[in-house]
Amino acid sequence: MESSPPADAPPPRLELRGITKRFPGCLANDHVNLVLQGGEIHALLGENGAGKSTLVKMIYGVLHPDSGSMLWQGQEVRVPDPAGARRLGIGMVFQHFSLFDTLTVTENIALGLDNPGPMAALANRIRTVSERYGLALDPDRHVFHLSVGERQRVEIVRCLLQDPKLLIMDEPTSVLTPQEATKLFETLRRLAAEGCTILYISHKLEEIRALCSRATVLRGGRVVGACDPRQETARGLAEMMIGSELSTPERPPQGAAGAARLSVRNLSTSSDNPFATNLKDVTFEVRAGEILGIAGVAGNGQAELMAALSGEALIADPAAVQIEGLPSGHLGPRARRALGLAFVPEERLGRGTVPELSLSDNALLSGYASETLVTGGMVRFAKARAYAETIIKGFNVVTHGHKAEARSLSGGNLQKFIIGREILQRPKLLIVGQPTWGVDAGAAAAIHQALIGLARSGAAVLVISQDLDELFVLSDRISVLFHGRLSDSRPTHETSVERIGLLMGGLFATPPDEDGEIARAL
Amino acid sequence: MSLIRLEPRGQASQAMVYLTPPLAVVLTLMSGFVLFLLLGFDPMKALHAFFIDPVSSKRGIGELIVKATPLTLCAIGLSIGFRANVWNIGAEGQLTVGAIVGGGLALAFYGHGGWWLLPLMVIGGAVGGMAWAAIPAYLRLRFNASEILTSLMLTYVALLLLNFLVHGPYRDPDGFAFPESRLFEADAVMPILWLGTRVHLGAALALLAVAGGWVLIARTFIGFQIKVIGLTPAAAGYAGFDQKRIVWLALLLSGGLAGIAGMGEVAGPIGQITPNVSPGYGFTAIIVAFLGRLHPVGILLAALLMALSFIGGEAAQIAMGLPKAITGVFQGMLLFFLLASDVLIRYRVRFGARRAVA
Repeated sequence: MESSPPADAPPPRLELRGITKRFPGCLANDHVNLVLQGGEIHALLGENGAGKSTLVKMIYGVLHPDSGSMLWQGQEVRVPDPAGARRLGIGMVFQHFSLFDTLTVTENIALGLDNPGPMAALANRIRTVSERYGLALDPDRHVFHLSVGERQRVEIVRCLLQDPKLLIMDEPTSVLTPQEATKLFETLRRLAAEGCTILYISHKLEEIRALCSRATVLRGGRVVGACDPRQETARGLAEMMIGSELSTPERPPQGAAGAARLSVRNLSTSSDNPFATNLKDVTFEVRAGEILGIAGVAGNGQAELMAALSGEALIADPAAVQIEGLPSGHLGPRARRALGLAFVPEERLGRGTVPELSLSDNALLSGYASETLVTGGMVRFAKARAYAETIIKGFNVVTHGHKAEARSLSGGNLQKFIIGREILQRPKLLIVGQPTWGVDAGAAAAIHQALIGLARSGAAVLVISQDLDELFVLSDRISVLFHGRLSDSRPTHETSVERIGLLMGGLFATPPDEDGEIARAL
Repeated sequence: MSLIRLEPRGQASQAMVYLTPPLAVVLTLMSGFVLFLLLGFDPMKALHAFFIDPVSSKRGIGELIVKATPLTLCAIGLSIGFRANVWNIGAEGQLTVGAIVGGGLALAFYGHGGWWLLPLMVIGGAVGGMAWAAIPAYLRLRFNASEILTSLMLTYVALLLLNFLVHGPYRDPDGFAFPESRLFEADAVMPILWLGTRVHLGAALALLAVAGGWVLIARTFIGFQIKVIGLTPAAAGYAGFDQKRIVWLALLLSGGLAGIAGMGEVAGPIGQITPNVSPGYGFTAIIVAFLGRLHPVGILLAALLMALSFIGGEAAQIAMGLPKAITGVFQGMLLFFLLASDVLIRYRVRFGARRAVA
């Protein structure tokens, strides 16, 4: 794949040779070779389930390869655990942060270091490092005050304090606004210029084209290609990743918007949980035949809005949530489903499905009423199985049948199953959270097509997502949720990613909060 | 760096989940063999006295069924709750209140009985157990109080209540002040199902509970909701299943069955109300429920096995002069092997320290 370097060139920072890792029932990595040079930003590209996470977890010592060897600066090494990886000079920023909300930035960082030293000195080091790399961070703040972007900076600074020679970033921009992502790229470029190698995992192709100088593409656990992403189109990269041609969702023009299927009027919530985001006067409506997109960085009230709309959290004022004109705030999920609501939650495993149960049981989970899978208190198992098979066939769910446990499906296939289960109930109103988060490009295109199809057939669709690209593909109108407030919606063709990005950072026309949080976020 | 580590297996083998209980029994027998050998007894003879002799007579098999009856009734109810993460630890107390109410009816209608008295006592026993279990259910749903603690503590309240009653209102007026009630009349005694033994109507009720439990779990929508709530409460919330209703159902059902078990003891083998209605059936039923994998048929088999360890222990004491603790030792070994096998089907053991960085 690579021409061998001249004899006097320094050895690569990291070289993987024939790394193989097998899990029961699946070959996650199959003789993977990877060469990372000093100071390069190298993309690791692949669909979900392609083996990216497994590979980097082995580099970081979380998992251990079954066979193959790993050379660190030319020396063969074994990485027994993450502490061993840190000793070598490998740092990793995970997709999900491991921070304690009630501790300060310094305390959190001290917990992650092998030898933190005195706290005051550590706080000074944090200040120095964060200034040097443009990662604005106050060491004395408590983590629960921080935005997601700031939390990620804590994780990055924690890695940088150990002078890493290799920094692994796992889907770092999935939680950032476009502006925050741009800032992160500046930091990463500066690090690379100083000689730190960055292994950048993502499935966002435009980002990789903007940032990385080389890319290795994984598919089905194997390396299927390497390229210079700057020379490729995003479409070319996507097709390399999924191994076939990519279909773009067709978008027939929207007819005249129908009656309001969902109207939310001055919806406010208050929670005992100090870490919850309270909704403040959220007002919007979704009409028959249209898709409304709600953008926003996670933690700005999405979870609370979803719970209030699904009926998992009841609202004191019934009229605040109206389904088909009927006050529904006091109704539970069962009663709202009876009114024609269907719902796809953000957590597909553990809320949308029960991981340990079969697909036919999971079809029963939300379809029991509308598909009449229960009569006289008894479950009609044959009918539930048939319904599961209909979903599997109709939505091309790759699985070995209705008996498969939900957890055995890949993220994309499980999401196709859930979306299919909800759409086949012919809802008048569908609410979807993060429809394609962590879903491979092929499945994402299928899901997008299904959602557009549902809306064009006359249903109202509400999509709550952090992925702006997705919202621009799907939505007829877009609003932004920030600190529990919802902006006015704008027709998608009249706005731009930049403008929505600014709103996601809190640049609302509304007056700032009394505590000045919006001002800080700017 | 430890020398022995446990590594999670990808997936537990489904066959092994069902094979481990028999495996645990075999390992218990093998360890018992070694134990008896070390104690200086003839191991074959001792095991024979423990496990075979007690059930080689009609009377012995009858006793086995008599002891398995309350264990099965209690464990079926408990298993429904355990599946829904409702941890009723107080079946012993609910059993006791069932005996108090059911037996109290026998005393209240003493001398005025009829065919209707026994059915009334069964209902009374069930209502008594349910009422006692309703307290933890209410406390959990109203004040978020752990039903583990409340149901356990209520057991001791029930036992003291029983003691008060047999020393006072329930005491036999002609009983020379012994703390016991009158002997129940024929109308208030469980009919014997198998002549020559003490097997009574309660055994049929226990089998009915096994069948009913299976239908509930495997066929009804309520059973499906219980399963979902137990596995993934968030998914149950998403689907709109009413978790409060399931908490009520689980506690009332297990309380009711335990109450019937208690009533069956006083109206069956005991025939009167004494201060010791149960030798701890309500607590042993917790072991039975888990030994039976919370599955009704498994529970039936586990109840028979635990009953055997009770009467086998007694028989071995009499026949071989083995210490009384032998019952506890065998029950302990059985649980130990079951739990150890459970760990081993989920994890594999690795020896030796991990190699350090080169």
